[in-house]
Amino acid sequence: MTGDSYNFAYLDEQTKRMIRRAILKGLAVPGYQVPFASREMPMPYGWGTGGVQVSAAVLTPEDRFKVIDQGADDTTNAVSIRSFFQRTAGVETTTATEEATVIQTRHRIPEAPLGEGQILVYQVPIPEPLRFLEPRESETRKMHSLEEYGLMHVKLYEDISRHGHIATSYAYPVKVEARYVMDPSPIPKFDNPKLNDCPAIQLFGAGREQRIYALPPYTRVTSLDFEDHPFEATKADHPCGLCGAGDSYLDEVIVDDAGGRMFVCSDTDYCESRQRQSHRGKDAA
Amino acid sequence: MQTQTLEGGFTAPAEQAAHAFRSVMEAMARPGTIHDIAGAEPPAPLSRAAGAVLLTLCDTDTPLYLAGALDCEAVRAWVSFHTGAPLTGPQSCMFALGNWDALAPLDAYPVGTSEYPDRSATLIVETPELAAEGVTLKGPGIKDSAALSLPETAAFQANAALFPLGLDFIFTSGARIAALPRSTEVL
Repeated sequence: MTGDSYNFAYLDEQTKRMIRRAILKGLAVPGYQVPFASREMPMPYGWGTGGVQVSAAVLTPEDRFKVIDQGADDTTNAVSIRSFFQRTAGVETTTATEEATVIQTRHRIPEAPLGEGQILVYQVPIPEPLRFLEPRESETRKMHSLEEYGLMHVKLYEDISRHGHIATSYAYPVKVEARYVMDPSPIPKFDNPKLNDCPAIQLFGAGREQRIYALPPYTRVTSLDFEDHPFEATKADHPCGLCGAGDSYLDEVIVDDAGGRMFVCSDTDYCESRQRQSHRGKDAA
Repeated sequence: MQTQTLEGGFTAPAEQAAHAFRSVMEAMARPGTIHDIAGAEPPAPLSRAAGAVLLTLCDTDTPLYLAGALDCEAVRAWVSFHTGAPLTGPQSCMFALGNWDALAPLDAYPVGTSEYPDRSATLIVETPELAAEGVTLKGPGIKDSAALSLPETAAFQANAALFPLGLDFIFTSGARIAALPRSTEVL
């Protein structure tokens, strides 16, 4: 079958209108999870069906599309979603963060700062930040409506009493415009500060859980914390082994059977563009 | 049936709706900014911008309220043919379309519930002129402050005070649009 057999960007127009209406309500109530009638997509739940549906609803033929999975452009999930839209929407694709107009991401925010013309689409597995504390949807919905977030603070406090610090290191809950507590998707808490005051539009799609939410540009997003245990964006305490960057989020890579390891940037585009500028880390060949 | 009823829709629905939506989304995400929107040629008195917004967002799932002079045979027939949106009153609509005076009073529209604030109406307001001047706006989507020529101030302040409930507004004029979500503080 060729790409011409599909409607532009795969989804039918009525589905796109439904998703588009949900995106607009999400932008009007930042951080609130808008229910939507998620469709079956030609990939399994958990592979980014929510993000794919949001991307399909916002893409135009002139867009340049980038997909990252844990920061990498070259992993299976990223490659297959990129080629999916190459084929069904005919859009140009890129791996360079600065050149992309729509970026779909799984579990990272790119290191390069985003700009006004860009849209960041997150793939979200569990959109409800309170879900592991209260399994009933009817209850969590009531808690959001009453702004009853004490349970989340208790959870963070229990972290402190057990570990001496807040041990939550990814999917770290944030408060949006001093109203809704929101799950930023499983990004490392290192990325949380980038959610705040971001010039780009940020859209979140959860396919299996049928929720869309959004952050308009320049929205105030604060990570939950305590006065005596302030939020801290943490990363592995090393420079990147390949490009030497000291300011990027790192992956630990096991390199042999003898406990050897190296730390490399999780954002492959950031790492490669630094290497092109002749930055070298200690493990670079 | 008049031919003007059958004409004036998107000629390339997928691509034109995608472009039109991006204009609407940019307007809603960045309150106070004005964007071009194209693709629709609706019958008078509907503006091209309002026509494109209807084609982009409305279908058989979205009850639509036509207010005042826009509730005429030409517009009703065009909307029915191109979107299939059921026409209804202000109490049960998802979208409402009209001039500012015809849309009043605002307390007739659904503002959502505290558990489902998204179940609120979006008002498409036909305005003679759109300019980035006048009332000062602050809030999500706005770097420091923005300005927009709103038809009045008090109604939008009252609407913003309802947050997270409230109405969302799309202003249309000729082939240009702007938007004002409930999250925007109107000074």
